[in-house]
Amino acid sequence: MTEKSRPFAITLDPGTSLQNHTGSWRSSRPVYVDRLPPCNNACPAGENIQNWLYHAEGGDYAAAWQSLIRDNPMPAVMGRVCYHTCETACNRGQLDEAVSIHAVERFLGDFAIKEGLTPVVDAPPSGKRVLVIGAGPSGLSAAYHLTRLGHAVTIREAGPMAGGMMRFGIPKYRLPRDVLDVEIDRIIGMGITLELNTRVEDIDAAFDAEGFDAVFVAVGAHLARRTEIPAHAAGRILDAVSLLRDVELGATPPQLGRRVIVYGGGNTAMDVARTAKRLGVDEAMIVYRRSRDEMPAQDFEAREAEEEGVLIHWLRTIKQIDESAFTVEKMRIDAEGRPQPTGEFETLEADTLVLALGQDVDAAFLDAVPGVQIAGDGVVEVDSQMMTGRAGLFAGGDMVPSERTVTVAIGHGKKAARNVDAWLRGGQYEKAPKAELASFENLNTWYYDDAPKRVQDQLSMVRRQSGFEEVEKGLTEDNALFEARRCLSCGNCFECDNCYGICPDNAVIKLGPGNRFSIDLDYCKGCGICATECPCGAIKMVPEIA
Amino acid sequence: MTDDTALQRVKFYQTGTRTVGNRLLTEDDRTVQASMGRSNAITSGHRACQGCGEALGARYALDAAMRAADGRLVAVNATGCLEVFTTPFPETSWQIPWLHSVFGNAPAVATGVAAGLRMRGKTDVRVVAQGGDGGTTDIGFGCLSGMFERNDDVLYICYDNEAYMNTGVQRSSATPPTARTATTPALGDAPGNVFGTGKNMPRIAMAHNIPYVATASVSDLHDLEAKVTRAMGICGARYIHVFVPCPLGWGSASENTVLIARLAVECGLFPLFEAEHGDVVSVGKIRRRVPVDDYLRLQRRFAHLFRKGAEDRQRIEAIQRMADANITRYGLVDAEDDQ
Amino acid sequence: MMKQIEGSQGIAEAVALCRPQVVCAYPITPQTHIVEGVGAMVKAGALQHCEFINVESEFAALSVAIGASAVGARAYTATASQGLLFMAEAVYNAAGLGLPIVMTVGNRAIGAPINIWNDHSDSMALKDAGWIQLYAETNQEAADLHIQAFRLAEELSCPVMVCVDGFILTHAFERIEIPTQPQVDAYLPPFAPVQQLDVDNPYSIGAMVGPEAFTEVRYLGHQKQIEALDVIPRIAAEFEAAFGRASGGLVRPYRVEGAETVVVALGSVNGTIKDVIDAVRDAGAAIGSITISSFRPFPLAELHGLLAGAARVVCVEKSLAPGLGGVLASNVRMALRGMAVPVYTVIAGLGGRPITRASLADVFHLAADDKLDDVTFLDLNHAVIAQQLALADRDRHSGPIAENLLKALNPGLVRAKPQDERPKP
Repeated sequence: MTEKSRPFAITLDPGTSLQNHTGSWRSSRPVYVDRLPPCNNACPAGENIQNWLYHAEGGDYAAAWQSLIRDNPMPAVMGRVCYHTCETACNRGQLDEAVSIHAVERFLGDFAIKEGLTPVVDAPPSGKRVLVIGAGPSGLSAAYHLTRLGHAVTIREAGPMAGGMMRFGIPKYRLPRDVLDVEIDRIIGMGITLELNTRVEDIDAAFDAEGFDAVFVAVGAHLARRTEIPAHAAGRILDAVSLLRDVELGATPPQLGRRVIVYGGGNTAMDVARTAKRLGVDEAMIVYRRSRDEMPAQDFEAREAEEEGVLIHWLRTIKQIDESAFTVEKMRIDAEGRPQPTGEFETLEADTLVLALGQDVDAAFLDAVPGVQIAGDGVVEVDSQMMTGRAGLFAGGDMVPSERTVTVAIGHGKKAARNVDAWLRGGQYEKAPKAELASFENLNTWYYDDAPKRVQDQLSMVRRQSGFEEVEKGLTEDNALFEARRCLSCGNCFECDNCYGICPDNAVIKLGPGNRFSIDLDYCKGCGICATECPCGAIKMVPEIA
Repeated sequence: MTDDTALQRVKFYQTGTRTVGNRLLTEDDRTVQASMGRSNAITSGHRACQGCGEALGARYALDAAMRAADGRLVAVNATGCLEVFTTPFPETSWQIPWLHSVFGNAPAVATGVAAGLRMRGKTDVRVVAQGGDGGTTDIGFGCLSGMFERNDDVLYICYDNEAYMNTGVQRSSATPPTARTATTPALGDAPGNVFGTGKNMPRIAMAHNIPYVATASVSDLHDLEAKVTRAMGICGARYIHVFVPCPLGWGSASENTVLIARLAVECGLFPLFEAEHGDVVSVGKIRRRVPVDDYLRLQRRFAHLFRKGAEDRQRIEAIQRMADANITRYGLVDAEDDQ
Repeated sequence: MMKQIEGSQGIAEAVALCRPQVVCAYPITPQTHIVEGVGAMVKAGALQHCEFINVESEFAALSVAIGASAVGARAYTATASQGLLFMAEAVYNAAGLGLPIVMTVGNRAIGAPINIWNDHSDSMALKDAGWIQLYAETNQEAADLHIQAFRLAEELSCPVMVCVDGFILTHAFERIEIPTQPQVDAYLPPFAPVQQLDVDNPYSIGAMVGPEAFTEVRYLGHQKQIEALDVIPRIAAEFEAAFGRASGGLVRPYRVEGAETVVVALGSVNGTIKDVIDAVRDAGAAIGSITISSFRPFPLAELHGLLAGAARVVCVEKSLAPGLGGVLASNVRMALRGMAVPVYTVIAGLGGRPITRASLADVFHLAADDKLDDVTFLDLNHAVIAQQLALADRDRHSGPIAENLLKALNPGLVRAKPQDERPKP
């Protein structure tokens, strides 16, 4: 068919409407955004959870793990001991159940151990030396991140083993020591010098005599808090920290008698009671002055403790001890949520009392350091850069004001490392501004299938009550993949092609795998369907400026 | 929940069966629309209103048909919005061979196209005819019935936006009760379109005992593509009735086109099903059932049912009964969920 | 091969020889025998590579042909009367799209009152739809015109309507020379469309065209008809050379040399007219006639030349433009531009009324004396008209005209309410 013979006007060349730029109709335009997923927002270690789940969904566990350890060097530990505030925040919880993020994290951590994966250190050496004091989670984390940033790190640990509260505070049945050891060894193996049984007493010497360019202190909080209880003839009274430490070091099992009372309502109290049960006591009891609703312990800790036979006496204070007779007073919660005595008493029988009332910091070695501010309970003041009053001396973990969890400590390590790095380079670390939060309302959940959460298996009750084998099992690969794929990818494009497919004007350009999409503003009429139908809320309509 | 889920059976809950694409699926398992190589039967620059459901539905259907026909496809178009917004001289949005004759004859023209292709030995080229609800249920009804009755090898696709939109929103025999149109104003004792009228075109198509009849919605791309693909695999007369909201005619926000289509399905007013040789063979179950209010409320054509202080519960309930009747008739809700 | 067959059968055989690929049919008298004939040949295998499609209406019939033609298939259909009007929208459309469809119109009156007999009201109603309109004088020409029509249509990308007087031609048994297949194949090459729905060249056909280009589209359609004025005589000449007989062309003069009165007509009535002319000429009157074979395009120049010496023109036409008179006459007047020649209109044969030689002779005599009215209704029953007009005059609400006419013609057949029982306004 030639141009000449084709009928005029009624017959048209294909696709010629591309000459008609309908973009001029638009009064608002779609813009791709990366909103902050609530899991990421809630993670004390600042993990980019959505991102590593994205890789895990594709079955690329190595990439997922590498993404994960950009923020957290210990996924196998974290997947076991973290109280996963991410899951509380998870938008999927409003749809059916939160994604079991910790279980996938643990799977990835275990996968990396099995495969022998190691972190990539690609920063050029800075020539700077940093001393880290304390080989707990915060110190290890800081050392790891500083190493990745190119600095030479030495860790000095007063105790005989690295790990801090991960080793001496968390029982084996929640964190098997082989897992902990592997992850610590991997960090140290990056070229970090670890000096055990080395207590640092002179900070100034570290700077001046040894020539460290910066020091990060993270010695934790190990001093058990005590309380005054009138005792005619006190029986055996122990503190939780010492008890757990003794169990860990395992020289001689502590003699607890037949019945144990643990005093306190935190996670440590639960751990001690459950540990006592495993050590063979007949009765492990917890006495706590408030009710379940107010307890600082995680609900699952209390639940699992009870499952294992721990008896929790809520709303009780110990008033008096007489040999093995403990007089307790019933309490009630007042309008302000505080426990108030009722004047009613009862008696409990026990051979040992373990105090689990919290810990204080032993910061005496910093007393002499000029400029360092230390509170009554030993907590050290730091500024927004995590630096103490002494230039180049940074502090983090349980010894600075914060929530005392392993995850927070790991987060402190990262944050401190960034600040130390910036300081060493003569600048100040500027945190990237937080993106707008991806709320549940930003999502179009229609596009997500119903998918009930995969549950982790647990050790049989008999074995839970008789030994220190790990209680919580890991997910199989299938289930881990399933869980990863339950992620809604809140606020972050996961290349579902919805915008590309759903545009009535073909005005969304697909850029190919990994490259997401762009809007063809020549043709986009601004109808907004792409934004409405984006499952994860990664498109925003923005008014055109005339 | 069992642990026996084989890896290949692990569904993609994020991207799975509902979004357009999924980076994790093989190319073959993705929708046609997800493909960078889709034919874009209607390309950019067309003059459909913002958020046009018909522009979307037509590209969905024809791109799927193009894939099924391996690119050997011709389309015949009745007069209507689709025709007007795609082919105003001197530009066309079509990238496939396309023919428009008049308003009421698309099925017959398609019959001729199919016969002509056969006689010219081009047996691999497939024929699609398409029109709006007016061109299908009203003026083109005779030709459509004739095409069905002869079982001509044509896939006819009706894009139903429930009124004559091209001429300015007048009532068609697909306009639902109470809907306000230019010829059924929301006035008097029976505001909007009256109850007890209208044609159920898919059922009429089924009554011709043609090999394949299906309903589909722009809200469910996977289902729509599967049905078009299915239809393209069959010879003889086939009919697909696609629900396409019209922001202009319905008085709905342009960004809500797909949402409204979804609500129509989820409330039961637009049942999704397939029929072979006159019998229903599959239905699309309602996933998250909603009352008809949710669907009606987003559209100004039903605004008179929701006037402040004088909500017209009686008429809304009558519409709800229509939805409920569909749910019962097609079994759209599984018994245990139907509370 | 000479055959003694019905006109419709002759047309059917001629169409079949043209190797149509899609034939669609919807029955309407008097076209039925034509498509039945083609259908039978398809079914019997005598006509191969052709699909015969029974459709549900004339509108569909032409629409199917449009579709087939748009993919480059040779398409044919036939209709008449109401059927032509029912497909009117598609008639215009086929021309607008430039699709070379050939369609026979078995000319028949249009209701109401419903009437199955012959006149030209149907094809005249669609005369300006953009189709070429050829009118057959004899059954031989009817058959021959179809062969020429496919040539013409495909050469010009323009549909052609072959108008054949219902019953008079379609149902008359006459000797018809049916050519052989090789003869027709040699004359009519395979269809080579200038545009088609083609997956390798995916054009959009049938765009919406606005004021900016519509006039040009229409002008080009007109130009195509003007071009046909050259093509029609050429292919008629080629036909004559190939088949050994003259058929078609634009116009055919008969004894116009020295004629003062020239009769102009379309279709089969020309046979009768020629008989009358022969008789009248022999009696000394200077009269001749012109058969217009191509009404669209209208052969203005040829008529102008042929009528140069005429003193008057009498158009005998089988259709009426109510309120005006003759359609043909109006067109003929265009050909007489600059010539002071009266054109008389004789409306004849409406609804199948016989056109007798005697009546024609009478009007020709009156014309020769210039005593003919501008518009004359041949053999009008003046008594009935007078009666009806009187009734109408007495009471504007005299009841249906058709009923009253019937009553006047056959008193007692129709029982109507007595006049005095009707309510007075």
